[in-house]
Amino acid sequence: MKRHLLESADLDRADATLVLDTAAQIDQALAGREVKKLPTLRGRTVVNLFYEDSTRTRISFELAAKRLSADVINFSAKGSSVSKGESLKDTALTLEAMGSDAIVVRHGASGAPHRLANWVRGSVVNAGDGTHEHPTQALLDAYTIRRRLGRLAGVRVAIVGDVLHSRVARSNVWLLHTLGAEVTVVAPPTLLPVGVGTWPVEVSYDLDAVLPKADVVMMLRVQGERMNASYFPSAREYSRRYGLDGRRMAALGDEAIVMHPGPMNRGMEIAAEVADSVRSTIVEQVGNGVSVRMAVLYLLLGGRSE
Amino acid sequence: MTSYLIKGAKPLGGGPADVLITDGRIAAIGDSLSATGAEVIEAGGLIALPGLVDLHTHLREPGREDAETVETGSRAAALGGFTAVHAMANTDPVADTAGVVEQVWRLGGQAGLVDVVPVGAVTVGLAGERLAELGAMADSAARVRVFSDDGHCVSDPALMRRALEYVKAFDGVVAQHAEEPRLTAGAQMHEGDRSARLGLTGWPAAAEEAIIARDVLLAGHVGARLHVCHVSTAGSVELLRWAKSRGVQVTAEVTPHHLLLTDACAESYDPVFKVNPPLRTDEDVAALRRGLADGTIDAVATDHAPHAVEDKESEWAQARPGMLGLEQALAVVVETMVETGLLDWQGVADRMSMRPAAIGRLAGHGRPLAPGEPANLLLLDPAARVTVDPAALASRSRNSPYAGRELPGRVVATFLRGTPTVLDGKAVR
Repeated sequence: MKRHLLESADLDRADATLVLDTAAQIDQALAGREVKKLPTLRGRTVVNLFYEDSTRTRISFELAAKRLSADVINFSAKGSSVSKGESLKDTALTLEAMGSDAIVVRHGASGAPHRLANWVRGSVVNAGDGTHEHPTQALLDAYTIRRRLGRLAGVRVAIVGDVLHSRVARSNVWLLHTLGAEVTVVAPPTLLPVGVGTWPVEVSYDLDAVLPKADVVMMLRVQGERMNASYFPSAREYSRRYGLDGRRMAALGDEAIVMHPGPMNRGMEIAAEVADSVRSTIVEQVGNGVSVRMAVLYLLLGGRSE
Repeated sequence: MTSYLIKGAKPLGGGPADVLITDGRIAAIGDSLSATGAEVIEAGGLIALPGLVDLHTHLREPGREDAETVETGSRAAALGGFTAVHAMANTDPVADTAGVVEQVWRLGGQAGLVDVVPVGAVTVGLAGERLAELGAMADSAARVRVFSDDGHCVSDPALMRRALEYVKAFDGVVAQHAEEPRLTAGAQMHEGDRSARLGLTGWPAAAEEAIIARDVLLAGHVGARLHVCHVSTAGSVELLRWAKSRGVQVTAEVTPHHLLLTDACAESYDPVFKVNPPLRTDEDVAALRRGLADGTIDAVATDHAPHAVEDKESEWAQARPGMLGLEQALAVVVETMVETGLLDWQGVADRMSMRPAAIGRLAGHGRPLAPGEPANLLLLDPAARVTVDPAALASRSRNSPYAGRELPGRVVATFLRGTPTVLDGKAVR
């Protein structure tokens, strides 16, 4: 593994597979145990540096670090020195001076973790940067697919929704491609980036044409505010054309699964009957997230400078 | 006033000759000149060019003296071989009155390293709502002829039309920052393959081209002069070529960085490469070089944009756009245009001195190297190669996109009306 996890675009197949295999070992080691804790990162300090509110991701990373016995500091930009105008660099140097070994960063600006990695000696883990990447989400999604379907190579994945603004979509496109899956992105043309033609994916504007062939349907959150900028005419029209409801779910193959990174807009991109169906892996994804993040922290920190 | 005898320089890259400078003018050019009492400058192997003229410089004073002052920017300009620079209007306060342009003009005179020619804002406060007092600025001691809201586009088509018409009264020109603002809300970099991958909001080429297309039509309709700032796309070059073929009085500039760098630089997320308009693709760079070579693009202009460290040492989206340019402009042109065979030294003089001086209506600059002309000239060592060290720059800021890059050519001396501002590659003060 490299020192940082900044984007899934620079994970090679061996590294990505190592993360997934390590997560599986961790799951096995902890299965059925009453005390879900490993001593691996005792004495190490992990800082969760969150410039955006994201309770679920922060809790997942916090739990992952604690289960590896690391000390965890939660640094929320709101109400801190950052709200008084402190720069990202000064914040990073401050945290490093306090002895942090890894910084898990969530930031609204694409590339912020890359900047951070230039300024600190410890590891940087990207927990979502702007509209760029969210690599641990992609890793947990890949882990979930592999557990459900038993493989990733050749699996046909449809990623549906606001690809333009989605860091989850970007991370999944690169990671799934690296791991041999066949990805189709499905969205109205307004929600696909100019330049999507150079991605290693199929592009479709027609969800109904894609569903019968999909092994995995990954629904992205679509913010209602997008319609104010004319990305689509109305929430109802979006939902009719690109939402996954019970009727559309019936077009899926028997083994196909439905994923969502959360938080969901029930009734917008996904109907309640789909989210709550047996095909849905949404709750499972959350649980797998902890294991995968444990694997990432272990691989970045565990092997070094004991 | 000291006389100078420059021995053995090659005017415009031609055969070696001696150049005698007395009383601020070129007194003679010829073989084996001698002059008693003249200070001799050995210039064997050096190329003599007319002093460069920049149509687009941000000197930041008044308002952001922590990033640059008229004096530090003037020194950077002299070191780059410039004898005149146009100081853009987006200062604080904005240069939208006779008072502010005269202040900048006076500061330039006090620094005395280059002629600082103020640009006046087109609209009050650069707000794009109503015309600034263009006539008052034209009539002021600063004699403003170039008007620009640079940093902002005059996007209201009716206001742009009126500005183009109005400045005809004093032979002015509107220099447009061509950027349709509705197409670039939140934009961070060129919109294309790389922005899609990097997750940085795209700045489409069409946002520049749409304004250029509109403005050349307006300029043609009202018979006014239009200048287009920092042209950055292949499509813009095509539009300019078309407009010129129709007889529209349009001129255009390209920056050194758009001749050399591409959007690949954004992959580092280092905001030193964030600039407006953004760095574009290899195809755009090639088209800009061709356009400059065939004269579709008239001039090289630096868009020298100093920024304080804290405005660049940040996340990409938070950083301010702009990069330094004065001290490396000629070197970049040598690399991209001369060493590629696209321009000879006469062509360099034309695109970096003659034409920009003509666009800005500067009488004493951009003149041929000939007896009787004002002695505004530079000596360039074309064989030197210099690795750019931001810490060694004369600018008060450090945001050079060329840090660590080796570039060809070194300005050895610059003369402003017969007085050296740079000797032995160092500013005289």
